[in-house]
Amino acid sequence: MNHELETDLWPKIEPLLSRVEKPARYIGMEQGALSPRHRESDVSWLLIYPDTYEIGLPNQGLQILYEILNERDDATAERAYAPWVDLEAELRAKGIPLFSVDTHRRADAFDVLAFNLSAELVFTNLLNCIDLAGSPVRSSDRHDHDPIVVAGGHSTFNPEPLADFVDAFVMGEGEEVVGEMTEVLREWKANKKHNREGVLRELASIPGVYVPSLYEVAYDGPHIVEVKPLYPGVPERIEKRTVSDLGDWPYPKNQLVPVMEVVHDRLNVEVFRGCTRGCRFCQAGMITRPVRERPAEQVRTMVRDGLRRTGYDEVALTSLSTADFSGIEGIVRGVIQDQTGTGGVAVSLPSLRVDAFTVGVAAQIQSVRRTGLTFAPEAGSWRLRKVINKLITEADLYDSAEAAFSNGWRRIKLYFLTGLPTELDEDTLGIAELAHNVVAIGKKHNKSASCTVSVGGFVPKAHTPFQWFGQNSIEEMYRKVNLLRDATRNSKVQLKWHDPEASFAEGIASRGDRRIGRVIERVWRAGGTFQEWSEHMDINRWTDAMAAEGLDANWYVTRHRNENEILPWDHISAGLHRDFLYQEWRAALNENGLPDCRWTPCYDCGVCTGHSLEHVVASSVAPAGGSQGTGQDLSTGGSVPVDFKGVVGAR
Amino acid sequence: MRGDLGFPIRLRYSKRGKIRFASHRDLARSFDRAFRIAELPLAFTLGFSPRPKISLGYALGVGHESNAEYLDIELLSPVDIEPLSARIGEALPDGVSIDGVVSLIPRAPALQEAVTLVALELYLADMKPSLVEQVVQDANNRDEICVATTRKGRSITEDLRPGIKYMEFDGTNISLEVVTQPRGLRPADIARALREISNTPTGTGEDRVLRTHQWIERDGARLLPLEADRATPATNVAGDISKGISNDRGQISGRLARDADPSDTQQRSGTQQLV
Repeated sequence: MNHELETDLWPKIEPLLSRVEKPARYIGMEQGALSPRHRESDVSWLLIYPDTYEIGLPNQGLQILYEILNERDDATAERAYAPWVDLEAELRAKGIPLFSVDTHRRADAFDVLAFNLSAELVFTNLLNCIDLAGSPVRSSDRHDHDPIVVAGGHSTFNPEPLADFVDAFVMGEGEEVVGEMTEVLREWKANKKHNREGVLRELASIPGVYVPSLYEVAYDGPHIVEVKPLYPGVPERIEKRTVSDLGDWPYPKNQLVPVMEVVHDRLNVEVFRGCTRGCRFCQAGMITRPVRERPAEQVRTMVRDGLRRTGYDEVALTSLSTADFSGIEGIVRGVIQDQTGTGGVAVSLPSLRVDAFTVGVAAQIQSVRRTGLTFAPEAGSWRLRKVINKLITEADLYDSAEAAFSNGWRRIKLYFLTGLPTELDEDTLGIAELAHNVVAIGKKHNKSASCTVSVGGFVPKAHTPFQWFGQNSIEEMYRKVNLLRDATRNSKVQLKWHDPEASFAEGIASRGDRRIGRVIERVWRAGGTFQEWSEHMDINRWTDAMAAEGLDANWYVTRHRNENEILPWDHISAGLHRDFLYQEWRAALNENGLPDCRWTPCYDCGVCTGHSLEHVVASSVAPAGGSQGTGQDLSTGGSVPVDFKGVVGAR
Repeated sequence: MRGDLGFPIRLRYSKRGKIRFASHRDLARSFDRAFRIAELPLAFTLGFSPRPKISLGYALGVGHESNAEYLDIELLSPVDIEPLSARIGEALPDGVSIDGVVSLIPRAPALQEAVTLVALELYLADMKPSLVEQVVQDANNRDEICVATTRKGRSITEDLRPGIKYMEFDGTNISLEVVTQPRGLRPADIARALREISNTPTGTGEDRVLRTHQWIERDGARLLPLEADRATPATNVAGDISKGISNDRGQISGRLARDADPSDTQQRSGTQQLV
């Protein structure tokens, strides 16, 4: 198809924007945005985040690939986000396709549509975006001239529910793979895009690339009996990709600064990847191993240059548990002292550990805007925290609360999960008890002290020790939420909970097999887009679709799996031994914790040994303070103990 | 207190092209970052949550363009404005340009209260010029121009007539002067009222709005915001006012000249036509 004459859709889009909500979602114009020139010989990628602009724009993974691809001589990359329902209706009425925000280039003029999937509930949006791009939603209906549909991101670690729609998945980190794929696609394009299956087979030979149409799944009743490659040379097992040294990838170099307000609207500097805390419910912690820290000097440079370039007054040091970064105190102090220009710069540390050390660091950086502090104990009792391997003692939490309130914070926010394996009502009610005790500690310091409790329904995920666990039913989750509502009524504890129906739909999509693809398609065809948005979520669309496909929702969601069952994602490897995950599942049921392997001997989860990788951590000893989530007394810390008490006392 | 200790500055800027879809607040945030990038010594508010002292002018609707927007800031120390306004300009999104900077006298009234009159151009899409001409004439002859609208979420009927001080059709666009106090008229309400009078519903095209001037009316005179409370040259830390608005003088009353503002020429090929 030749779109050379009319690739810029702006003249058609512009008159529509005064009729839609938040039109700035569609104008691009971010600081750092590029307007690549598309040459016929280049492979053009449209990187799509299938949620609203304000959710998708800050995504660092997408921004990293955007820069890496545009730095290449043989590739171009632009970005697109899911148009909100109002603009979608206008686009469909006028027959205007999905477009990039960079140059408003029509989506069907790109060679690749590449999706970043960080949550399962956006799966229907993926179908909608493919459709809006003018391409058939099912891979099998696409022809030579249609774009290659690629997907990556955490939620693709069980790719099977999207197997019908995505031509090629990228498992793991994309920095290196996008280049390798570009080289294959460049040749294909030079040959006039003949032989779509041929190019897919070539892509499948790249490590980490999974082409689902090259595999056949055999069932016996509801159970999978085999997942078999259709051709020789197609790998039986797809290993995830991992970059060995984060220091080689100082991206994004020019973080995008949007005109309109977005989530995480600040400079974001990734300080490490991976996490070996070993929380058994946490998919991110399992699939991103091993820990790889960015060199401290590079962090400092990225922060300094980034603040100077963007004009942001806030920087987040991002990772799965930033207080674990070796020498985090020094980095934070450095950022605060190294402030040039005007005004103060706030540092935020997402994913705080629960201990007084962490509060001490937080006290340093939030010297002014001290409103709320967030911790995630995840479970209400010590017993259940051993089950999930989040080894925070009550003393850890109360010490943290004491430190926080005495340092001037007035509100503490606590994150919990409910519906965890072995959870009893006393565990659930333990959440309320912890929260009441935190408020009591706060009252000693401030009359208006309060505690917000946020409860999410637990959805078991692939490649975690809990992948065998049967999720709680909608009714059971509501019952537990109601227990907590009763236990926190008329108190300074404010309870918030996640919609159990949305968790159930997420459960269908998270551990589904290929048959769930038809369900997702039905939900989409029934108008079920933006399923993460409560006003658009209707569980009946999902249960109706399951029934129409003759599938039993409870078989997929609430059923416990057994050890020998072939799981839909067993041919995908996040580097973790299946034995290790199952051992961990048994250990969980026996209430046995597992220490962090950064500071204790290797227990061989499989990632380092299997991928010839190593942890990259600057410090071989645990940071000081509390139990460090190990359940042990580590208050003496490592060889250079950090004097958090001094910090706390100084306030 | 405003201007007590610091050095108050007033900027004039334009907002043209794609950036018109950014909200007033979005643009304020862009300015905030641009000031940091330019390392402007901004004064901060005191209190629990210090914010830079930036005061927005009279709000411009999302989707509207303007050649005459204003913004007040307060600095901790005097700076050489000329190179600075170029640095700020570079750090702003495309389509936003700084067209003038002056320092203000202490305690100058805030823009949002001081500005009393704005001029704008309105283009009604999918309507024949002869029809627009007729409806403007018709509206001008009426004692009241009523339209259903909402205020603070409540449906009301508003008479736009007292707020419209001037309205004329130039063959393409409608030129208007409308009051901003005690509350401003919404250009979209005016467009809807005119469409109702002519019995022409909105079509597929987009009605366009360009703000061309803002005035501070004081003691019977119309003053430009850059002139109204400008510090005398002796205390003018900001250097001289930029050339961009010099044409404004001398024609601040009566009908607007079509080519009043040289900044218009950037995107509209020499005329102030909206489409």
